[in-house]
Amino acid sequence: MTQKFDKIPELPKGSFERITLDAKQAERITKPSVSFWQDAWYRIRKNKGALLSLILFGLIVIMSFLGPVISPYEPNAQTITHANLPPKVPGIEKLGILNGVGTLGGEKVDLYELKNVEVNYWFGTDGLGRDMFSRVWKGTQVSLFIAFVAAAIDMLIGVIYGGVSGYFGGRVDDIMQRIVEILTGIPNLVVVILFILIMDPGILAIIIALTITGWTGMSRVVRGQVLKYKSQEFVLAARTLGASDSRIIWKHLMPNVLGVIIINTMFTIPSAIFFEAFLSFIGLGLQAPDASLGTLINDGYALIQFAPHILAFPAILLSLIMIAFNLIGDGLRDALDPKMKD
Amino acid sequence: MAKYIGKRLIYMVITLALIATFTFFLMKILPGSPVASADKLSPEQRAVVEARYGLDKPLPVQYFDYMFGLVQGDLGISINQFKGADVTDVILSRMGPSAQIGFQGMVLGTVLGILLGMIAALRQNTWIDYTSTFVAIVGISIPSFVFASLLQYWFGLKWDLFPVALWKDGFMSSVLPSVALAMFPLATAARFIRTEMIEVLGSDYITLAKAKGASGSEIAFKHAFRNALIPLITVLGPMAVAILTGSLVVEQIFAIPGIGEQFVKSIMVNDFAIIMGTTIFFSVFLIVIILLVDILYGVIDPRIRLSGGKN
Repeated sequence: MTQKFDKIPELPKGSFERITLDAKQAERITKPSVSFWQDAWYRIRKNKGALLSLILFGLIVIMSFLGPVISPYEPNAQTITHANLPPKVPGIEKLGILNGVGTLGGEKVDLYELKNVEVNYWFGTDGLGRDMFSRVWKGTQVSLFIAFVAAAIDMLIGVIYGGVSGYFGGRVDDIMQRIVEILTGIPNLVVVILFILIMDPGILAIIIALTITGWTGMSRVVRGQVLKYKSQEFVLAARTLGASDSRIIWKHLMPNVLGVIIINTMFTIPSAIFFEAFLSFIGLGLQAPDASLGTLINDGYALIQFAPHILAFPAILLSLIMIAFNLIGDGLRDALDPKMKD
Repeated sequence: MAKYIGKRLIYMVITLALIATFTFFLMKILPGSPVASADKLSPEQRAVVEARYGLDKPLPVQYFDYMFGLVQGDLGISINQFKGADVTDVILSRMGPSAQIGFQGMVLGTVLGILLGMIAALRQNTWIDYTSTFVAIVGISIPSFVFASLLQYWFGLKWDLFPVALWKDGFMSSVLPSVALAMFPLATAARFIRTEMIEVLGSDYITLAKAKGASGSEIAFKHAFRNALIPLITVLGPMAVAILTGSLVVEQIFAIPGIGEQFVKSIMVNDFAIIMGTTIFFSVFLIVIILLVDILYGVIDPRIRLSGGKN
């Protein structure tokens, strides 16, 4: 690996220039300082999957409120003569899809013509002649409502429980953690089913069943974070300056723990949506005529052979929401995870 | 280690006792009599029936009888679904199909997931990687009952490749349900292995192996894969939970005479003895699996400080 230089090439004078270092310049901040949230937003924007999911989810939320309103039919209004109509959307019917053609006795026929239906049902109708378009969006609204409320309650209990346990430590922490250890030992499925059985079926029952032990995950994460931060110097400094417990918790610990809380919540929501649909599917969900995505899928499954569209629309929507939420959650985790910043 | 296992066992017993107590009193406070059409019976008949199910004794005695029976594996007597049959027998007789599709789904999903994750990590940021990531996201997001009904509609009904439902054609009947259950383990394993492999591939000992002239496949299999595989044990617990949860609906969809299908039915007909028995059976199953996974992980990877608990 020895290389010989016969001659060092000569550099013309003036190639280099002496610069003087200014001690003041070294401290100058050249870029505008970026706050944690600006930085996170920048990272999220760069994540195409998460950004698309965010837009998609926004559209779904808007439609869940707008859908039942723009549809000329009430979600629960029955028109028996219009039962089991396939979807028909004016405009794209010429493309050969969503043209109101369904199978009857093994043959493809335009069921709208056959049944003398003048109007269009964009997502078709179900077995009782109810408009699937307004039902699906109404169901989405109900499913999202259950998931968001359940996630919010989980977050509230989890943050308070985990925060108290981690911040005060000692005997309090010991007892609180033993309780959590036993609660997390009980399988989620078992808890949810047992609680649904005691209560009258409905939205409230599902929310309570989902949150009764659902908060333990959040409490563990928050406790871990609080334990990590409370022994750091900035907390000690605040305490030395005479800050009260509540000030330390709200002003110093919370902003640091917030990222983890958000990430955790973003993963609670899809799991709540899943459980609601799951319960509805095994017959423990909302009672007719109320509909959620889960009950719609359950109803549609019964008619899968004759009218697959009744299953298709709620199933597609449920899957889209789940995919969007998982992608947003992944994106947020990458954007907010403090470990990535090191 | 022994101390850790002992501690975990004690927690397990407390948790199970709590679940059993809870389910017992739940059954007591639920409205209606477990004796079908109780109003039509004469007081004498009623007394006979109640004595048969031990309902004539005071509550604390019933409770201790029940708990004592549990310890011996006696889950009580079915009230209306399987008239008078032992719940334990009902569950045991239905274990076969459930265990088969659960096991097949788990193995299929994990093996395919590991392969997918590995290929994705070795071809990071290529279309193979993106496809595998997409498959993983879809697998985690789409609920098993949606996936199961899709499989049933296309592979069973439209293309007629597999039996649409029922448990009559041996292995062929188990294919679609197993595939439906395999989606979650597949997606989880793929995601997990990909992350682990990428981390391992960037570590110093891989650079050393490269510097010493190890071939690509040698690095991939001998060094990276083996070290990426160990942490996969930690997600076996959640996978088992997902398979069990999924089996309730997947068995329902494919009309498989397993525990899940019978559980859903017992909920519909309010057979509380079966509901309770199955609940306790599920709890024991899941709690034992999670305990085994934790112990296994500690044994295989000595770096884990068990006494410290998971972060």
